[in-house]
Amino acid sequence: MTIRARIQLVRSGFKLDAEFEIPGKGVTALFGQSGSGKSTLLRCLAGLERSSSGVIFVGDACWQDDTGNVFLSPHQRSLGYVFQDARLFPHLDVRRNLEFGWKRVPPMQRRIEFDQVVQWLGLENIIQRMPPRLSGGEQQRVAIARALLTSPQLLIMDEPLAALDATAKAEILPYLERLPEQLSMPVIYVSHALEEVTRLADSMLLLKDGKLIASGNLKDVMTRLDLPLSHMDEAGSVIDATVIGHDDEFQLTCLKFSGGQISVSRLSLNQGSPVRVRILARDVSIALGRPEQTSILNVFAASVIELGAHSPSQLLVRLAVGTDQVVARITRKSAALLDLKSGCQVFAQVKSVALVS
Amino acid sequence: MIIESIDWAPLWLTLRLATVTTLILLIIGTPFAWWLSRTTCRFKTAIEAVVALPLVLPPTVLGFYLLVGLGPHGPVGSVWHNLGGDALVFTFTGLVIGSTIYSLPFIVQPLQNTFESLGQDLLEAAATLRASPLNRFFTVVVPLARPGFLTAITLAFAHTVGEFGVVLMIGGNIPGKTKVVSIAILDHVESLEYQEAHLLSAGLLLFAFVVLFIVYTLNRRYKLSLT
Repeated sequence: MTIRARIQLVRSGFKLDAEFEIPGKGVTALFGQSGSGKSTLLRCLAGLERSSSGVIFVGDACWQDDTGNVFLSPHQRSLGYVFQDARLFPHLDVRRNLEFGWKRVPPMQRRIEFDQVVQWLGLENIIQRMPPRLSGGEQQRVAIARALLTSPQLLIMDEPLAALDATAKAEILPYLERLPEQLSMPVIYVSHALEEVTRLADSMLLLKDGKLIASGNLKDVMTRLDLPLSHMDEAGSVIDATVIGHDDEFQLTCLKFSGGQISVSRLSLNQGSPVRVRILARDVSIALGRPEQTSILNVFAASVIELGAHSPSQLLVRLAVGTDQVVARITRKSAALLDLKSGCQVFAQVKSVALVS
Repeated sequence: MIIESIDWAPLWLTLRLATVTTLILLIIGTPFAWWLSRTTCRFKTAIEAVVALPLVLPPTVLGFYLLVGLGPHGPVGSVWHNLGGDALVFTFTGLVIGSTIYSLPFIVQPLQNTFESLGQDLLEAAATLRASPLNRFFTVVVPLARPGFLTAITLAFAHTVGEFGVVLMIGGNIPGKTKVVSIAILDHVESLEYQEAHLLSAGLLLFAFVVLFIVYTLNRRYKLSLT
């Protein structure tokens, strides 16, 4: 199953034009600056913008097709929508908020157990409370549960953490991380926080000024030098690795990925656990020979794929490390001194590795 | 006893008129107010002005046009007559029509304000939770607009009870048929029966206070229950 869409919407001073196809499972991040049309695109998918034109297919189900004159109203689309503000019904307690969508779905189409969702999102103790008496984080958890309980074919989350403070964010993120393994349901997750995106998503849609400028695998989109993501200050690459062992003497944990081994500060994870790490471009330096007598532990053999301009004084270098890719941000002067060209065999030194999940 | 000498018929007639009028107003006023709160029609302002007319017009003006319009030779009255209907003026039916038009703003304006203040957010959420438009109205709008409904119903009811000019013009003063309390009070005063006038007036005063008090209490409690 995949989700295919071509959406167009023209408003005064703004034009949205996006065509994409995303996988029928896993989390797809929709990323872009504020004002780039992310929310509008989601609202079109949900049918909340009646003036949009285009085609939307979710699996075999046609939600919208101008050529066939099909436009399902939002309540006819099998979707869950988590808004930035939780939008709980203030006159209903938490249980009745959860039941609102659940009881409107025919029992045969329910794929998700009521009690299970309550447990996943830790709502047991607040199930009888009224929404205005809940904290922001609790409200958003109820909103997520409420959307899930309609057993949707597509779950849309519009910056669900943006309105929350850091504590509430930290409270909800673990729930979100666990969702994809617990449900086989595609999720479109909107955010303008790169950190959230790298933690949660597998693929990515990149939106700029109402236009889709890239879509595909998260790792590829993040490292492409022709896209704005690699030029952000916190730009970097994402690598999936596995825990292979611990070093008790130096309190380190050893991770294995396609390009070698990474040492990080000791993690309380079992051998074999999957971990996702992020390597920021500014933390990567390049050497022509294998550096010796250096304090940097993580050094990988790499080959230069391409170089791209970043600022008058800096360049971005995309490196292949095993089957993964790493981006390095270095000065133009260094690149000239090392005579870097695509195809060069080099060594990438990684000063620090951030664990994202 | 003075109580026994009082003719209670005007009181019952008034309550009947106010009840029927309020029910009709709810049925036509609710969808109308909803439409006004959501429409982008360019005639919206003009329509709002027409609805508000009874607030500023002398009741006798409205009553006069209703009398002319609903009379056997008037545009509405003649059609009605040709369709086999009985006379509209000087009847209970005529009173209901007059009161409905006269009290329309008292139902439409509070409801429209309430509906507008509800916004779209919760309705969109309900739509993504599989609720159809009508379903959304009854499960989200109506419960949340409860204070607005209470206010609208109270105002329309009380305003119909208290009206005078329109009723007198279109209904006349026929005992048991169109003689409502406000007219009965005038009758008593003209016949210098001050005690009877007093009793009816005091009764209406008390009635109005009790109704408003109950409504304000209920609305306050409802707002507290939402926090």
